[in-house]
Amino acid sequence: MKEYTAPRLDRPWSEVNPGGIVLDPGISVTYITGTWRTMRPVRDQAQCTQCLICWIMCPDAAIPIVDGKVDSFDYDHCKGCGICAEQCPVNIKKPHSVTGELGKVIQMVPESSEGGE
Amino acid sequence: MVESKFLPLDGATAVSQAMRQINPDVVAAYPITPQTAVVQNFSQYVADGIVNTEFIPVESEHAAMSACVGSSAAGARVMTATAANGLALMWEMLYIAAGMRLPIVLTVVNRALSSPLNIHCDHSDAMGARDSGWIQIYAETGQEAYDNTLQAMRIAEHPDILTPVMSCQDGFITGHGVERVGILPDEVVKQFVGEYKPRYALLNTDEPVTFGAWDFTDYYFEHKRQQSEVINSALPIIEDVFSEYTKLSGRPQPVLDTWEMDDAEYCIVVLSSTGGTSRAVARGLRAQGVKVGIVKPRLYRPFPAKYIVEAIKGCKAVAVLDRAISFGAPAGQGPLFTDITAALYNEGITGLNIVDYIFGLGGRDILPDQITSVFTDLQQIANEGQRGAMVRYLGLRE
Amino acid sequence: MTDRIRINLKDIVNNEERLAPGHRLCGGCGEPTIMRMILHAIEGPVVISTATGCLEVSTTVYPTTAWQVPWIHSAFENSATTISGVEAAYKALKRSGKIPADKEIKFLAVGGDGASYDIGFQWISGALERGHKLVYVCLNNEAYMNTGIQRSGATPKGANTTTSPVGDVIPGKTQWRKPFTRIMAAHDIPYVAQAAPHNYRDLMTKVKKAFAADGPAVLNILAPCPRGWRTESDQTMVLTKLAADTCYWPLYEVDHGKTVVNYKPREKKPVADWLKVQGRFRHLFRPAYASILEEIQARIDQEWERLLKEEAAG
Repeated sequence: MKEYTAPRLDRPWSEVNPGGIVLDPGISVTYITGTWRTMRPVRDQAQCTQCLICWIMCPDAAIPIVDGKVDSFDYDHCKGCGICAEQCPVNIKKPHSVTGELGKVIQMVPESSEGGE
Repeated sequence: MVESKFLPLDGATAVSQAMRQINPDVVAAYPITPQTAVVQNFSQYVADGIVNTEFIPVESEHAAMSACVGSSAAGARVMTATAANGLALMWEMLYIAAGMRLPIVLTVVNRALSSPLNIHCDHSDAMGARDSGWIQIYAETGQEAYDNTLQAMRIAEHPDILTPVMSCQDGFITGHGVERVGILPDEVVKQFVGEYKPRYALLNTDEPVTFGAWDFTDYYFEHKRQQSEVINSALPIIEDVFSEYTKLSGRPQPVLDTWEMDDAEYCIVVLSSTGGTSRAVARGLRAQGVKVGIVKPRLYRPFPAKYIVEAIKGCKAVAVLDRAISFGAPAGQGPLFTDITAALYNEGITGLNIVDYIFGLGGRDILPDQITSVFTDLQQIANEGQRGAMVRYLGLRE
Repeated sequence: MTDRIRINLKDIVNNEERLAPGHRLCGGCGEPTIMRMILHAIEGPVVISTATGCLEVSTTVYPTTAWQVPWIHSAFENSATTISGVEAAYKALKRSGKIPADKEIKFLAVGGDGASYDIGFQWISGALERGHKLVYVCLNNEAYMNTGIQRSGATPKGANTTTSPVGDVIPGKTQWRKPFTRIMAAHDIPYVAQAAPHNYRDLMTKVKKAFAADGPAVLNILAPCPRGWRTESDQTMVLTKLAADTCYWPLYEVDHGKTVVNYKPREKKPVADWLKVQGRFRHLFRPAYASILEEIQARIDQEWERLLKEEAAG
């Protein structure tokens, strides 16, 4: 994806694109939807089996892929919907690296608390 | 100048000949009287393989313009045709095509709008679309309908315009009326219209573009202002195309078709086929020594305000003939009158005697005697110095 | 036929995300996940047209766009027609040599249930009859969500919407939903299917089959709307699974006229299990409305039986 800076919202009429066309594919990344979050997903990377279910289920393409593996979350865009945690099929054997709780590899924590990357 | 070949053609067939020569990439159309001949003829060209066009036989006029929008945004050269209720059904898409700056050419064979249902000529269909952002050209004859179709393509696709063009002619009167129409050689037309090179195209998948984005309060206003600037700055470019075509065809293509206006004391301003009837009557009156003239705008949007004011401001009295009513406008005047009187005011002309005649609604014939009566009225107005009724009716049973 | 399609996430995880983050659809909305699944199932270039609605307004706010593919929105009712114009242009420009003969482009039209079941019904039907090579996807969240949860032809009986509100005398929507998928199949087009995102393998397989079809194809995909259904944002996939398990939303396909039910729950759950978890049906559990619940169950049973019979008929 191209690197973008947020587009200007103050261009005069003579400078807007004809017909309202948008020429910058994917420039929506400059809009930070992460601020919508009240709960944040956290992943225990060590216990993750890389099933990729969270990746395919994420409405916001907010689960980055590094070397073919899911790697944390894109907190600039994750809206905290919780689908990834709900759909995570892996029950962990050891307490979660972030929450210290048993349960799933992905767990939701309140946005105000410490945790995540 | 290139010699045209003259054929006996009705106006609708003349337009389909122009479309055949343009050989657009896509035509999406739906049948409606009195436009049907255009689609029928063109379908035959497709069936016979003499055009390369992809013809989309859509299920409605709304779909016709929707498909045209898709094809044009895809990067294709696109044409369609309609009339009356069909144009009304397209309404939403007319604004969208213009707002997206898609250079679609639409031929309109003007017909009355329902209700009551009527299939015959008036201008209520296209006049209702006058604010939709389309350039509008009106033809007096089948010949003009042919010539205008070719020029419309060039105007629409001009890189500084990129705005759809509606090319209108009168339903049945010229649409079905057979006349002698000069057709340029195919190769000459091909060269004149040239190759369309879209600036942005959906089918250029290597450079993905988004057409039709949601435009919030941040930018909608700016886009509309830009659109307005483009259509209103188009006049000189349109004149260039007109003059290029004049040289090519030997047929003059003025923005404003004026007849004997240099010293005219009384004049009629009228669009389309009634221009011919008016000129025939005026010729007779001139022979009797009455200084009459005719002004027939070929271009209605962008409105050639200054040209019209310049042409008529020296007259003793002027009649505007409107083939449509702008319902609820002052005294029920027609749109052409509204535009002309506004133009006069804006140019500082306030003392001109000018009246409006509504005529020909639903295909009611306009007869030479009625045109004569208009000139008689104008002389009376000038002599008495009293305008009298601002809006009058021709050919209406009182 | 494309009877051996395997969906393996490891094969596609490195694909480019063609619907970028930063779109403004609600958290937990079913639509963007479905669109991502569709885009990950499509190989090669695709042009998309989208009807007016949540997906359109949320993914393209000028001067931004979330789309990394060519995309167009023109109006509410005409996304099928708009893409048929694009497809026709593709054929014409290929014929005239302006697009290389070996360049394959796919064409996708997307609309919500309002755009599909109601306002755009005729436009879709026309495009299918003309036989354009396109796939039409209905993202079905069962009401006009973008305008604030009004009932549509897809809204199920009993649902509380802002134009079928629960009142003292009327218990939500009083009509049954339109059998859109069956009507699409009645066009005798090569491929029609119903899908839901919890079963991504099934959904993505159907996308591949739809694009491989020798003509137009339609997918009707259940897309939960947490706002309109009155559900929690993390329940999206749970809900569509319940819809399939109760046979409220059978996952099936009509492939060249042959009906195949792709998922048959081992134990068919009562439809109340699907209804009771959603705020839009909460009122149906008042004792006074017990008969409506029974009617709904009877209707679901009847529709499911008919589907199984159609499958058995081959």
